Amino acid sequence: MVSPAHFIALSVILFVIGAVGVLVRRNAIVVFMCVELMLNAANLAFVTFARMHGALDGQVIAFFVMVVAAAEVVVGLAILTAIFRARRSASVDDANLMKY
Amino acid sequence: MTGTHPLILAGSAAETTRLVAYWLLAILSVAAAVGMVLARRAVHCAMLLAVIMLSLAVFYAMLGAPFLAFVQIIVYTGAVLMLFLFVLMIVGISAADSIIETIRGQRMWAALAGIAMLVLLCLVVGHAVIGSAAPNSAKFSNGNVTTLANLIFTRYLYPFEITSALLITAAVGAMVLAHRERTTPKPTQRELAARRIASGRPTPLPGPGTYAQHNAADMPALLPDGSQSELSVSPVLSGRSGETPRELPGATAIPVAPPETAGSVAGPASAGGQEAGEQ
Repeated sequence: MVSPAHFIALSVILFVIGAVGVLVRRNAIVVFMCVELMLNAANLAFVTFARMHGALDGQVIAFFVMVVAAAEVVVGLAILTAIFRARRSASVDDANLMKY
Repeated sequence: MTGTHPLILAGSAAETTRLVAYWLLAILSVAAAVGMVLARRAVHCAMLLAVIMLSLAVFYAMLGAPFLAFVQIIVYTGAVLMLFLFVLMIVGISAADSIIETIRGQRMWAALAGIAMLVLLCLVVGHAVIGSAAPNSAKFSNGNVTTLANLIFTRYLYPFEITSALLITAAVGAMVLAHRERTTPKPTQRELAARRIASGRPTPLPGPGTYAQHNAADMPALLPDGSQSELSVSPVLSGRSGETPRELPGATAIPVAPPETAGSVAGPASAGGQEAGEQ
């Protein structure tokens, strides 16, 4: 019997792996992918809670999360291409223009 | 279990199927996530992310969200990952992360933070009471889309409208950010022609070599003296890291044809003419 607890545990594991990836990786595109992984893990928790409570509100929220994630990826990757065009690098270490 | 979605097997085998599918895909997705953090090349990360997203779509279908399962496949694996791959093509497909740590002990601290976060979340989830799934109803199977539509257009109407503003802002923002302002005037045809003549090479670059057994963009063309033309291969291909330039089989073995053998391989008309000259 697959209970909601199974899915919540999986969602926790995926979220933590995504967070570690954000901390460890330095290629900005890969950092973005790890953020996507964290959003997906949160979505899985939302859908699981919707199933648990027998209401569809969690699925609606997951749907909105997907929309926001898509918008975020579009803007983030546009910023990334602009930075790459100016600096010829996609590493987050090199983008310190606003540091001083 | 009665009333399950038609995609999922009904009957007594349904539970076993769900259990097997859950454990298979859970292990697969966690392994893919770990691989995504460890893989050095960004393209491999994108492929592993596709694996995770597809298995999450199956989980949504198992959890009674067929609409979200298909949206996950269409939006994430279809649109978002393709966007990632396009940007990877622009930014450099072979760009690999360096192994050198710029911040001392970054990985150790990141691992510690990850473990701390995992412990914290496990404590929270472990103390929470996670009940079993609610009794199955039509809104988790065939009536899923209509119920979701009812919710979106009644209770969540304002968030939905605000979402449209967000999407328009994102689209305009992406266009503004990706737009490159032209700092120099556009060169005219006359200037381009003058530049080409001044460059010392008015003709186009030679094309790649076409041989009996090899016909690819990375095969160099042969010059009349038998040497390979470096200009015939794109510098992107020849400059690829980690790849040795492709050797043309027998390229060095092709001798520069001496004049006496040239007559024998030439056409009959010239051969006849040479013979006539010798006689």
